[in-house]
Amino acid sequence: MLLAEGLRHSFGAVRALDDVSFGVSSGQTLAVFGPNGAGKTTLLKVLAGLILPQRGRAQVEGGRRAIGWIGHQPQLYGQLTVRENLRFWASLYDVPESEFLLRKDSLLGRLGLQDHEHRRVSELSRGLVQRAAIARALIHDPRVLLLDEPFTGLDRMAAEELRELLSEDAAEGRASVLVTHNVDEGAELATHIAFMRAGRFAHFAPRAGRGPQQVSEDYRNAIA
Amino acid sequence: MRMLQVGRWLTAIGLVLLAGVYVRALSYTPVEQTQGLAQKIFYLHVPAAIWAETAMILVGLASVFYLFTKDPRLDRFAAASAEVGTIFCVIVLTTGPIWGKPIWGTWWTWDARLTFTLFLFLLYVGYLLLRGAVPDPAMRARYAAVLGICGMCEVPFIHLSVYMFPTLHPMPIVLQPGRPKLPGSMLTTWLLSLGVFTLLYVGFVVQRYALSYLREQLEAAGEVGHA
Amino acid sequence: MQSPKLLRHAWTVASKDLLVEFRSRTAILSAAVFVVLVLVVFNFGRDPTAVSNVDLAPSILWVTFTFAAILAMNRAFQLELENQALDGLLLAPIERSSIYLGKLIANLVFVAGVELIGVPLLALFFNVRVLPYLGPLLALIALATIGFVAVGTLFSAMTTRTRFAELLLPVLLLPFMIPPLSWAVLATGRLLAGRPLSEIVGWLNMLAVYDIVFVTLAVFLFPATVNE
Repeated sequence: MLLAEGLRHSFGAVRALDDVSFGVSSGQTLAVFGPNGAGKTTLLKVLAGLILPQRGRAQVEGGRRAIGWIGHQPQLYGQLTVRENLRFWASLYDVPESEFLLRKDSLLGRLGLQDHEHRRVSELSRGLVQRAAIARALIHDPRVLLLDEPFTGLDRMAAEELRELLSEDAAEGRASVLVTHNVDEGAELATHIAFMRAGRFAHFAPRAGRGPQQVSEDYRNAIA
Repeated sequence: MRMLQVGRWLTAIGLVLLAGVYVRALSYTPVEQTQGLAQKIFYLHVPAAIWAETAMILVGLASVFYLFTKDPRLDRFAAASAEVGTIFCVIVLTTGPIWGKPIWGTWWTWDARLTFTLFLFLLYVGYLLLRGAVPDPAMRARYAAVLGICGMCEVPFIHLSVYMFPTLHPMPIVLQPGRPKLPGSMLTTWLLSLGVFTLLYVGFVVQRYALSYLREQLEAAGEVGHA
Repeated sequence: MQSPKLLRHAWTVASKDLLVEFRSRTAILSAAVFVVLVLVVFNFGRDPTAVSNVDLAPSILWVTFTFAAILAMNRAFQLELENQALDGLLLAPIERSSIYLGKLIANLVFVAGVELIGVPLLALFFNVRVLPYLGPLLALIALATIGFVAVGTLFSAMTTRTRFAELLLPVLLLPFMIPPLSWAVLATGRLLAGRPLSEIVGWLNMLAVYDIVFVTLAVFLFPATVNE
């Protein structure tokens, strides 16, 4: 579903990506852990096509239309209601009306937002905004999901819900790449684990049943 | 760096030659009948005006090619050309009123050519300010290229808009095919001056180009922050 | 490039912007207040025996429209930055130029709104006859507005992401406003003075050329302002 071959990119003298290659197939979730400044966000932006890499190529089956992005920014307009926001993004993805209504209801239901559909985003609590942002990212039913520190700012409940949502979707065949600096988050979602340092994959292997603690330990050994 | 030295030499030679042109202009070229000595400024004023405008066109062309090739050399050239163009605009805008005061009896008039140069100058100022306001080099180059291309396309429109002002300006007398009204020695002096200004343009641009290249090397080495 | 899709996405972006503006109403209100203020203050300061209304009105009209336009253009991309939604727009499977066209449409609607307030007020406060020339006047206003709003919308995509943001846009835009504004002011003067229409056709043509050149240029250059 998603293929990266020999990605290289630098900003001035800073090498953000240095020969990164990997593939993620349908139903798999790759979790990339690394300290701040390791090039994780750049990696996601290259995968999304927001940055053209200086070397190598990134390919997503289905192109931009197939990508969903959950970042630490909600990308919602505060003056508009949750519904209007979802509506706007759905029409940019050419989602037909009937499909939009179905997906909107299902997402709002799963995220516990049914009662907030007609409230303005600026009036919502932080946790609710985060949930609305997740609904926004999934409104066009992306086949590939890119997650940039998705758990930052989520309360425990919302984080748990997001995890549930992600594992359900992975079971339906969605491929995901998740980057975060916090090893405790998301390790159990991953089918594959990578550690990133200074633009390189220091470790890249299937999770193979490792629990969060084991992953943490491996991370410390690989990075420190 | 060699390029910087070449630029300095070209500029130095240009300045010496400019002094030479003025010796010739003051001592060996006839004094214009109605304007008197004030006319001598024309050897400075007109070539500077020509190069001020040409520099903008060159900024635009370099910008077009930059957007296609993303070659940083083109961006550096565009920046250098804009800086030199700005200086030449300043020369035009200062010599104009100096000449205008005795001849027209006023420092400033909304005359077409003077106004044109003023707007050209504002175009350059905007371009340089935009460059200064963007820290990231790649983004700066792209933004500057967009503005440079717009600037180039804007030049003919400014021409069109300023020529609607009633004018006191002397009409071009150098490039009128069929009737060279300018006495031969004046024309020679003027052509010499145009040549000298061409040399000065090249010299300044080479210097600025070399300097920005050096600065980029330093930035890349992380020794200085973003300029 | 499929043009129906391009325009549909552009309209989606524009209607979203207009809805946001309609909800907050901050920009349109301050622009409207400014228009009223300028028209009133100019009336206090002028000596009707020295300068006739018809001579003064065109300049005042265009000063207010220009200000309103700059206000709108500064907001266009600020809105995306505030909500950090620009990356989302760039990620969506739409042509980059539809984002530009959407912003352009929203800005034009905004400025048109201000102009619809300004023209009747001008007619009222300055006692100039507008009705007989309403058709040509509106055409003239539309043509001139499209020109500099097209350039300004392109520039605002860049300036909102620079250090000086709102300060930089008017500086960059100034030389680009001169041609359409000078033609518009001259033509408005002729119109209000009741001169025959044939006198302003030349200006209208030039404004149209300016619009075509810069809208086309902006559509092609806009992607360069957002691609990394």
